[in-house]
Amino acid sequence: MQRSTGLLLVSALALSTAACGSGGEPAPSAGGAKAVSITVACQPAKSAPKERQAWDDDVAAFMKAHPGVTVKSTDQQPCFDPKTFGPKLAGGQMETAFVVPVTNYNDVIGKGQALDITPYTNLIKNWNDLRQDHKELVTKDGKVYGVPNVHYSVGLVYNRALFTKAGLNPDAPPKTWAEVREAAKKIAGLGPGYVGYGEYSGGNTGGWHFTQAIYGRGGDILTPDNKKAAFNSPEGKAVLQTLHDMRWVDNSMGTKLLVGWESLMVAMGSGKVGMMLGAPDVVTDVVNKFKGNVADYGITGFPEAKASLSGGEAFMINPKATPEEAKAALEWIDFRFNTVGKGRFDFARGKSIGNPVGVPDNAVYGDSPTGKAIQADRVKNASLPVANYESYVQAAGTIPPKAEPLHAQELYAILDVAMSGVLSRKDASIDQLLADAETKANAVLAAKG
Amino acid sequence: MQILRRNLTAYGFLCAALACFTVFAWYPMVREFILSFQKTDLINEPIWVGLDNFVTAFQDPAFGEAWLNTLEFTFLALLCGYAVPFVVALVLNELRHARAYLRFVVYLPVMLPPIVAVLLFRWFYDPGPGLFNQVLDAFGLPPLAWLDSSSTALISLVIVSTWMNMGSATLIYLAALQNIPPELYEAAELDGAGIWKRIRHVTIPQTRLILLLMLMLQIVATMQVFIEPYMLTGGGPENATVTVAYLMFQNAFTLQDYGSAGALGMMLMIVLLVFAAFQLRLTREDKA
Repeated sequence: MQRSTGLLLVSALALSTAACGSGGEPAPSAGGAKAVSITVACQPAKSAPKERQAWDDDVAAFMKAHPGVTVKSTDQQPCFDPKTFGPKLAGGQMETAFVVPVTNYNDVIGKGQALDITPYTNLIKNWNDLRQDHKELVTKDGKVYGVPNVHYSVGLVYNRALFTKAGLNPDAPPKTWAEVREAAKKIAGLGPGYVGYGEYSGGNTGGWHFTQAIYGRGGDILTPDNKKAAFNSPEGKAVLQTLHDMRWVDNSMGTKLLVGWESLMVAMGSGKVGMMLGAPDVVTDVVNKFKGNVADYGITGFPEAKASLSGGEAFMINPKATPEEAKAALEWIDFRFNTVGKGRFDFARGKSIGNPVGVPDNAVYGDSPTGKAIQADRVKNASLPVANYESYVQAAGTIPPKAEPLHAQELYAILDVAMSGVLSRKDASIDQLLADAETKANAVLAAKG
Repeated sequence: MQILRRNLTAYGFLCAALACFTVFAWYPMVREFILSFQKTDLINEPIWVGLDNFVTAFQDPAFGEAWLNTLEFTFLALLCGYAVPFVVALVLNELRHARAYLRFVVYLPVMLPPIVAVLLFRWFYDPGPGLFNQVLDAFGLPPLAWLDSSSTALISLVIVSTWMNMGSATLIYLAALQNIPPELYEAAELDGAGIWKRIRHVTIPQTRLILLLMLMLQIVATMQVFIEPYMLTGGGPENATVTVAYLMFQNAFTLQDYGSAGALGMMLMIVLLVFAAFQLRLTREDKA
């Protein structure tokens, strides 16, 4: 009995090892053509059941229209997580079609972590209408590595309900930093727990928002040759000084440091934060993922903006995908993400399930015929007064977009220290914080060559 | 052959244990050692780069801060996490009533998944409605910034770590205390020894081995502190809670620089090996 127990254990281990290592070729489809199985990222989370159902319906419709193609969805949130990206790809767990934010395009393409899809771009029926500047971002040495999926520029997201409550006019949001400070003071004055202006201080998001703010003021992170840090400048000092004064002189930023993307989104969703820097997708995420009240949020242009940090994302294809898998994945991307009136652009469905339709959360098609058709359909099905976003749309059209700096993540980590410094210490020396960050950034830039 | 057959079950279990250690401990260690001398993105062929990764890790602006924070955390965590459980074990050992209940209460935090315990403390430390500031307020004391100030963030993490790990250490000390022959205490009492002399001349010498072992284990564990800064502070404010393990994680999974993360890991391992060797030597001397 004892012997058989040992043998069973060893056999079980051997079998489980074999099972783990087994692969499996897709079986031929009923029609005889070779079946293709693809995995696609970004299925909405279970906490958003209506959006998830809409996604699942799209998957079923796509599979019906493409016999022999099996689509499996993954619901990791956020869709792109740099922490798991490399290991997933190396371990064969990366989806066939995955999302990459603009911050990571160069990195992913440079490391050969995305497939060259130049031969397949004709599968995206509106390819020619996608913004040229975004197509250039996913192109290297004449080869295309992604399908631009989202484009936005940064503005000022604000809570209209709090503006009203604080006696401010939600239809006349702040246009200058002085007005932002005044509005923040009034909102914080509503009582304990109210925060006039929310800002990040860690998890690389502090540096990211510093970059947004300094770009808006006309400053820069790096010198034009990308060899030296350029943020120890009057614009950089103004960014930190404003935050310091709002935190310690006006007491309008709350007492809690916000570390990581989710922290500020949760606070914004709670309905007690008045303003934050962000793109229109912040409104969509706050409503869909963080239970914000859809009618409460508005967005306006970046105060006194001279430039806007350009953001967005693209779909890329797993470099290990076979040509059949790559084609099927691109057909899925076209079906779900690039067809007017279908998938994510099915605004009528979005309205019926309570999505904040009307938020100008994506301008990846710009003013092209496709872009105009999408905007017309969005306005037609709007569940919100689109006028609430008009000032952002007007501003976004006039403010020049500006790309993220080279070695963005390393620099953001360094700038987190300066952001957390002014937000956690009343006696923080802004000159010293910027000088220290500059020294560190220059050391990193020198080491990176 | 007969011996082999007789011990087949034992070999089966041994194989399972060896497989687990190989897959989850030894292979990753060897892989990390190799990684620390390579430049890799885990997709393309790695390139051997000699000691470049160690130079990169050393040139990182946060390198010095991470080591200083780790040493400070280890020192403070030992101060609290080494002494407090021993004292608690002494008290539990002396109790005549409700000992089992109190032992359960002390061990309870260990049963919580670390992530839950850390999230619990995130609420405790909240500068607004957090429990700790409400307690301070009840006593008429001013609120503290806890995690949100570079002067209190690290000690706040030490408190979390001590709370999470105290139960296991206390039970181990308690087991050691209960193995001390009662005749020794009786003899000491007959000689007129009070409680402090009994602790000093009976308890501590009798538990010396376990104390040394726990010291080594706690140094090894606390120097690898990661989950607390990762979940509570993100290494801030102003890098006040960046530790070596957190920096490794940042390098590997935020910056995708697996090589310098591996180099940092090797440096940490060498430091911990020195502690382990020192402990082994002390243990041998003790046995001799």
